[in-house]
Amino acid sequence: MDDATDCVWFASGARMKPAPFDYHAPKQLKEAVDLLASLPNAKILAGGQSLVPMMNFRYVIVDHLVDLAGVEDLRGIAVTDGRMRIGAMMRQRELEVSREIEDRCPLLTEALRHVGHRQTRNRGTIGGSLAHADPAAELPAVCAAHDAVLHVASVRGLRQLPFREFGAGYMATTLQPDEMIAAIDLPLWRSGHGYGFREFARRHGDFALAGAAALLDVGADGVVRRAALALCGVAASPLRVDAAETRLTGQPLDAALIRSAAAAAWLIEPISDIHASADYRRHLAQVLSVRALTDAARRAGVDVSRTQVSGDA
Amino acid sequence: MGRQGTRVTVNGKSYARVVEARLTLADFLRHELNLTGTHLGCEHGVCGACTVLVDGRSTRACLMFAVQANGREVTTVEGLASNGELSVLQQAFIDNHGLQCGFCTPGMLITLTELLRENPDPSEREVREALTGNLCRCTGYAGIVAAALDAAQRLRAEPGS
Amino acid sequence: MGAKQIGARVKRLEDPALLAGRGRFVDDVKLPAMLHACFARSPHAHATLQSIDAKAALAMPGVHAVIAAEDLPEPMRRVPMPMLLPNPAIAAPRTQHVLARSEVCYVGQPVAVVIAETRYAAEDAAAALSVQYELLKPVGDCRAAVQDDAPTAHRDLTSNVLSRFRLAYGDIDAAFTDAAHVFEEEIWQHRGGGMAIETRAVLASHDAAADVLTVWSGTQTPHIGRRVLADLMNRELETIRVIAPDVGGGFGPKAVFYPEEAVIPAAAVLLGRPVKWIEDRREHFLCATQERDQYWEVAIAVDADGKILGLRGRMLHDTGAFVPWGIVMPYIAAATVPGPYVVPAYQLDTVVALTNKVPTTPVRGAGRPQAVFVMERLMDRVARELGLDRAEVRRRNFIQPEQMPYEVGLLFRDGKPLVYDSGDYPKGQETALTFAEYESFPQRRKSALDAGRVIGIGFANYVEGTGLGPFEGVTVRVLPSGKVAVATGATNQGQGTRTTLSQIVAEQLDCRIEDIVMTTGDTAAISQGVGAFASRQAVNAGCSAQIAGQAVRTQLVALAARTLGVEASDIDLEDGQAIASSGNRPSITFGELARLAQGIPGVSLPLGQAAGLENTAYYTPQQAAYCSGTHVAEVEVDVMTGGVKVVKYTVAHDSGRVINPLIVDGQVQGGVAHGIGNALLEWMQYDENAQPLTTSFADYLLPMTTDVPTCTIAHVETVNPLNPLGVKGAGEGGTIPAPAAIIAAIENALSPFGVHFAEAPLTPERIVAALRAAGAYERLFAA
Repeated sequence: MDDATDCVWFASGARMKPAPFDYHAPKQLKEAVDLLASLPNAKILAGGQSLVPMMNFRYVIVDHLVDLAGVEDLRGIAVTDGRMRIGAMMRQRELEVSREIEDRCPLLTEALRHVGHRQTRNRGTIGGSLAHADPAAELPAVCAAHDAVLHVASVRGLRQLPFREFGAGYMATTLQPDEMIAAIDLPLWRSGHGYGFREFARRHGDFALAGAAALLDVGADGVVRRAALALCGVAASPLRVDAAETRLTGQPLDAALIRSAAAAAWLIEPISDIHASADYRRHLAQVLSVRALTDAARRAGVDVSRTQVSGDA
Repeated sequence: MGRQGTRVTVNGKSYARVVEARLTLADFLRHELNLTGTHLGCEHGVCGACTVLVDGRSTRACLMFAVQANGREVTTVEGLASNGELSVLQQAFIDNHGLQCGFCTPGMLITLTELLRENPDPSEREVREALTGNLCRCTGYAGIVAAALDAAQRLRAEPGS
Repeated sequence: MGAKQIGARVKRLEDPALLAGRGRFVDDVKLPAMLHACFARSPHAHATLQSIDAKAALAMPGVHAVIAAEDLPEPMRRVPMPMLLPNPAIAAPRTQHVLARSEVCYVGQPVAVVIAETRYAAEDAAAALSVQYELLKPVGDCRAAVQDDAPTAHRDLTSNVLSRFRLAYGDIDAAFTDAAHVFEEEIWQHRGGGMAIETRAVLASHDAAADVLTVWSGTQTPHIGRRVLADLMNRELETIRVIAPDVGGGFGPKAVFYPEEAVIPAAAVLLGRPVKWIEDRREHFLCATQERDQYWEVAIAVDADGKILGLRGRMLHDTGAFVPWGIVMPYIAAATVPGPYVVPAYQLDTVVALTNKVPTTPVRGAGRPQAVFVMERLMDRVARELGLDRAEVRRRNFIQPEQMPYEVGLLFRDGKPLVYDSGDYPKGQETALTFAEYESFPQRRKSALDAGRVIGIGFANYVEGTGLGPFEGVTVRVLPSGKVAVATGATNQGQGTRTTLSQIVAEQLDCRIEDIVMTTGDTAAISQGVGAFASRQAVNAGCSAQIAGQAVRTQLVALAARTLGVEASDIDLEDGQAIASSGNRPSITFGELARLAQGIPGVSLPLGQAAGLENTAYYTPQQAAYCSGTHVAEVEVDVMTGGVKVVKYTVAHDSGRVINPLIVDGQVQGGVAHGIGNALLEWMQYDENAQPLTTSFADYLLPMTTDVPTCTIAHVETVNPLNPLGVKGAGEGGTIPAPAAIIAAIENALSPFGVHFAEAPLTPERIVAALRAAGAYERLFAA
């Protein structure tokens, strides 16, 4: 720190009203992307549950807000070609109560139980959660586990973006400034697949200090045909634990295999902040991986013996 | 910069105003419409003191702009009593010591109004989980939970419920 | 005789308006031509203030003024705020200037204020202020602050040691020399805040014609605020009126007088228009006072049976950059350690250190939770080391009820000898443990373990001095309408002051509780007042209400007797009427009596009759009233994640005679929630440069509905022999022993692993670290 500094007093002080901006409410996707491309310093307003607090704190200052609430093209849930297509502006609460989603991609339903509170889910959207890219958010982890494909819209048209190529560092994505998410495709797993979502948060609905999303496709012979394990809260973007998935695939599923696969989570380099140290996150990642995989195994019809420790029940 | 019209129905009455785009729904209700029952406790979407219903859904009014509420129906705490008589839920709060300073109370009432409409027979756990988005610093929640369960029971017993 | 009010679960009079959204908090008050304020605050923990350039800010739309120190009226321009609780043990009684003059000493300290048409516009303009600072070395940790080479929190000081004091009695050296066992503990208790859901708020309006300055403030202490403001503005007391309307929670931080409470009134006078300032949550995190950061090193000496011979130690207390409330909090902590036990010898040395953080002042519990934590950790340690049951160790050391009143041997913070007036500590513990089913816990523990759940039980005892003086007045006056007007300096932030005092007055006068019209927290309504803190209002205002009520009753009866032509002993009061018990039972209403008492112009009053039906009483307690209790916590610990859930909580609570059990239970339950927060969640963190790290509700965790179980509360009423009502205070007892009980329960749950905890808050991460260090995970994974 310098001894003498000319400090313009800025956002570190106390302010909680947003800076001024112009508000736009397009009704069509084309109108929305045109606005995003042509307006200077413009941002998308989806649910607002993450963006507006930042605007209130003046961490984010925009000149234009483009509210997508009126764009019907961005809504809907439909299964096509083995994929669940979800419109970016579907509210988290709508997804939470969707029978179709519970039936075809129950991992999403399970994860939504941990997302914020009723009020935030009433407004918050899936597209907004993904674009905000908070490392601890649950929905990005679900998309990572499912190998989601994002439909990205701009004045240049629509493009497909595999989820693995979406994250670009802490709270950053590979979206161009004039791009927005229009829809999310979740490739569906075989009917009867196992799923599990476990997180550890300090209080109900808080962001996870760490979380694990697991998917298992287990054959009738008890051998793992396919596995996916994604962690949230431990890196800038959700982390697929490839080493764990490799260890699981092709092996007969039992508690020992799960523990051995989860041990691969020990190799991650998590972030450290005032909420949790890297060591603690790494520990949680391993514990939660065991639990999520155990849940997934049970749901896939494999009777994995329970460990006799609090919280695993 | 950024002044535009918005027409919002609040507690059944329609209001058309021209406001700054950045005016939050909470400030709109409190200062444009003088409905001061909705309170501001944090302005970053955690405490829930500002909870209102927008199209029947519980919403943090500090995280919404008045211009977003254009064409929407908003219910505030002032809209819960009918003809000056406190609702069953409000009466249950009195009977069960569900409030102390009263600052978080409007938000609690709104969230519980949504819960009881959807789930007329909630368990204690369901009540508690529904209320995690509303912080109270005075009561330790016991009276609020008791009031919710009491109100649910009374509403179920009402004829035609 | 009417229904008995005292002791009844009367529903609160405050509730209907609040439930209908018709509360009147400061921000709900709107005045014509009102302007709005936004403060500019230091982003640095320690710096000199070089210059403020307001040109750009003043040019922005809607901006009326930018006010800095030089623009303020005398004396507040140059004279710092007064020290409200002076103490000769304070070496450097530092208080703030209302706007910094040349030095800023904590992040958030106000340096200027922008006044504009709206808060939004004021914030825009504040962003355009150019403030130049020259940085100074900050001191961020009180341990570092007391080192010889530490930078000082104020540049003109040569030491950060604000105060050193020793509390002691008995022969401490002998106690330790003779001891069969000596156990030592190091205990760390972190900073936390009151965090009421309503932030601070000030609205000021100056009536220039009458020269009356009216201030609405979300304060616990309007009369103190008025005195301080009068001094800072050099105005007559009677030209200032301070009103505390509905206030959304107090808990301590709102008892302190803040700079904004002076600057906003000054701005209103300067600009000739009402000015309103509503603190936002970010400001609250930076500037509202906090509690704790204490480091204790203690040792307990016991005999072979676990009886205490002596206790000694040191405590280091972080007081922050200023001391608006003196050293009351560390003093209370030091005096509370002995608690309900016989401690034959005691010696505690306290060092109070300045740091470049926001000041610490009492928050619910006011130093007592820290003391109880220390003593109860020590008692558990004695039990563990000697292989004794934790309840038995305490039984062997309790002060017995026959020993009351019990002289501890110290002076309390009220300036009087610490003498427990009443209490039955063994009964409190037994009651709590019975309700908590403590004896059968081992079976519950085993069943839980069989189901894969790890649970533990812990408990803690406390003694709490409440009802501190000097006084809180009540005026009772019968109105010509028949209603009874009550005015008091007592204030209300949710504790049901109006209901409680109405119950007392209604019982004295046998009137209907609905016929009482009460004014609280308004300096125009009663000339002297103190305010709400230290759980004092039930004792002070309650007894004043009783005395004033009784006096008015005597007046009513005398006047009714004279008027109806009967003896005073023939008069009954019922539902607002005076009725003669003889003959055809003639009666007269309170309203008619009030009219008679007004007299007739030019006509003398009958001999013996005074003007009006009115009395003002200022009950002055001679010493604190001592509450006590026992809390039992049952927790479940997830040993893999360190997650803790409080599953059951039992309280045995003695706050003397209970005026309204509904309200007292609510205070206990609410206090327990604060205690759970202090034990498991709440931690105000700063870095080594005194920069605050927890500045929003995302970082600072308050307990939610899912964190606080509904408590089982058993009342043990030992009537206070020292005041006419027999009451004690009830506002803080729920908080005081909670961290001790909960940490004890966690330690008990994890006892198979041999881990030991002496800190609060205790986070899941710390639990996991302790378990790992103890080799727990090797054992678990090997299973």
